[in-house]
Amino acid sequence: MKASSNLHSKTFLLILSMVTFGPLGNTLLGKGMKQVGTISIRTLPDLVHVASRVFTSGTIWLGMISLLMFFISYMLVLSWADYSYVQPSSAFAYGIVALWGHFLLHETVTPTRWLGVLVIGAGVFVVGYTHPRTTEHN
Amino acid sequence: MLWEVALLVLIVIAGTSGELCMSRAMKTIGEVKDFRPMSLLRVIVRAMQVGWMWIGFFLMVVAFLALLGALSMENVSFVVPVTAISYAAGALGGKIFLGERVSPQRWAGVALVCLGVTLVIIGRN
Repeated sequence: MKASSNLHSKTFLLILSMVTFGPLGNTLLGKGMKQVGTISIRTLPDLVHVASRVFTSGTIWLGMISLLMFFISYMLVLSWADYSYVQPSSAFAYGIVALWGHFLLHETVTPTRWLGVLVIGAGVFVVGYTHPRTTEHN
Repeated sequence: MLWEVALLVLIVIAGTSGELCMSRAMKTIGEVKDFRPMSLLRVIVRAMQVGWMWIGFFLMVVAFLALLGALSMENVSFVVPVTAISYAAGALGGKIFLGERVSPQRWAGVALVCLGVTLVIIGRN
């Protein structure tokens, strides 16, 4: 019983880490690339110039670290939990992005999008009530 | 049109297969129980020595390139909802390739997630 509860807790924590760091990384990378501006590479010095702009951007580094955190969380949770459990649960990231857009960035979120977030939430809830692991493990 | 369909199929199949391979690689490592940084680093190094992980990376790169190709032909509002099928493909792949027991309840949840993701993307401004 305790083992099952522990399994649920660590699965929940790592999926939470995935749905937080994944969208955060994408947003930061997008913002960083906009700061870098339009990329035009015709010669080798152009490439060096663009690379130096990309790799000296703190926003891009933060984005890459966030995506690395997302990927490590994904790898770790898959070491014990079913893929068919983790993959749909991680779709909650769409909901996080909508909430984030509405409350932090004051973006307009259309009713259709809110409906989608609710349906994803219901789907994740239904999947979440199944056991995270249905296979034998090492 | 044929190229666009081929790319969309490739995005779903290569992307899902890549993640399934990564999942298989991590299952061979076994359940991670020690979350100290050095232990996690050792887990990652061990994972990188499993062939399935590299096959997974390769397939994910193929899916990403197919996504870029599809986006150059079609609008993102068309391409991304289509890729929501990946959630159903993932449950099917988990059942067939990884031997997971996908209950009717989990299938129902996956169907809701597919529908929800489609609505979210259609509802973008």
